[in-house]
Amino acid sequence: MTQLRQLLEIIWTFFKIGALTFGGGYSMLPMLQRETVERQHWLDENKLADYFALSQCLPGLIAVNMAVMIGYQQKKTAGAVAAVIGVVLPSFVVILIVAALLSNYMHIAAVASAFAGIRVAVAALVIYSVYGMFKNGVKDWVAFVIFIVALILMLLFNISPIPVIIGAAIAGILIGQMRMCR
Amino acid sequence: MIYLLLFWEFFKIGVFAIGGGLSTLPFLYQLSDKYGWFTNSELTNMIAVSESTPGPLGANMATYAGYHTAGIGGSFFANLGLVLPSIIIVIIVCQFLSRFNENTKVQNAFWGLRPAVVGLIAAVAVSLIQIAIFTGINSGLFGTVDVKALILFAVMLPLIFIFKKHPVFYIAIAAVVGIVCKL
Repeated sequence: MTQLRQLLEIIWTFFKIGALTFGGGYSMLPMLQRETVERQHWLDENKLADYFALSQCLPGLIAVNMAVMIGYQQKKTAGAVAAVIGVVLPSFVVILIVAALLSNYMHIAAVASAFAGIRVAVAALVIYSVYGMFKNGVKDWVAFVIFIVALILMLLFNISPIPVIIGAAIAGILIGQMRMCR
Repeated sequence: MIYLLLFWEFFKIGVFAIGGGLSTLPFLYQLSDKYGWFTNSELTNMIAVSESTPGPLGANMATYAGYHTAGIGGSFFANLGLVLPSIIIVIIVCQFLSRFNENTKVQNAFWGLRPAVVGLIAAVAVSLIQIAIFTGINSGLFGTVDVKALILFAVMLPLIFIFKKHPVFYIAIAAVVGIVCKL
């Protein structure tokens, strides 16, 4: 019984985190800190920072990775699954409602015009994000070459992202070893 | 069968999309090409909705893409596929947490991987500009310029860089401009 109550507690905590962060990733950090560190005392600030750094390096969504780590630390695999359900549930409910509404109203001229404008904003917003990621991730000319190659492969040859990502990881390992040998 | 296919495609995204929300974009872009589940312009709408609603961006995108393709069941299987690799991989990594981060091979792999991810997302950004500003993409690389959209873009971009407000703010403004100027 207490087992079930603890799992529900995990679901509810991560449901709040999912419901109150917009955009995921970095923007969820303040909510995570308030709910898991200050309220539940599941972990301390340092551990949260460690988990957050690791979440960014691992495959998958940062928010989901955080949920798995904290949930697993609390209640092993059941806790991890509970945390993931909690953090994804708000997206699931809200987006289903919005998507259902949108497909009914998209034929209205004003709605279509609004989205034509919104698409312009989205293009500009993604450029801004790419600029930030570029500043952080592309710091020397070798990294710049990898950036350009990936850009061209995707843009001109429409290649799947998977071989690009695997190739870049292998290139990173090889270049790193060459630098150590020197 | 469509559920299984959605699960499998989003499972692959869950395994290979590293660095959170936006890194799912190149994959979704590829999906719209491969299966025609949604058009590129619908993909841009999805980004806007996902940025303006609560929850992790990737989960929002999976729910939206799944719903667009196969209704509520589609949303469920897309999300399941997306989060399952995280659960498996993160739990495995938790077992040897300290060693994973200190491994130089792992560090080097990420050093190579990060600029590639930025390049992939940059490619999507170029396509998003095409979709937003040019009409008749099929007639040549860029088609014809939509002047109103181009002006909105030219005003919007510097505003975003200068004021760094929340994305919802710019999306709302653009929606109003779109309606008023009949974009």
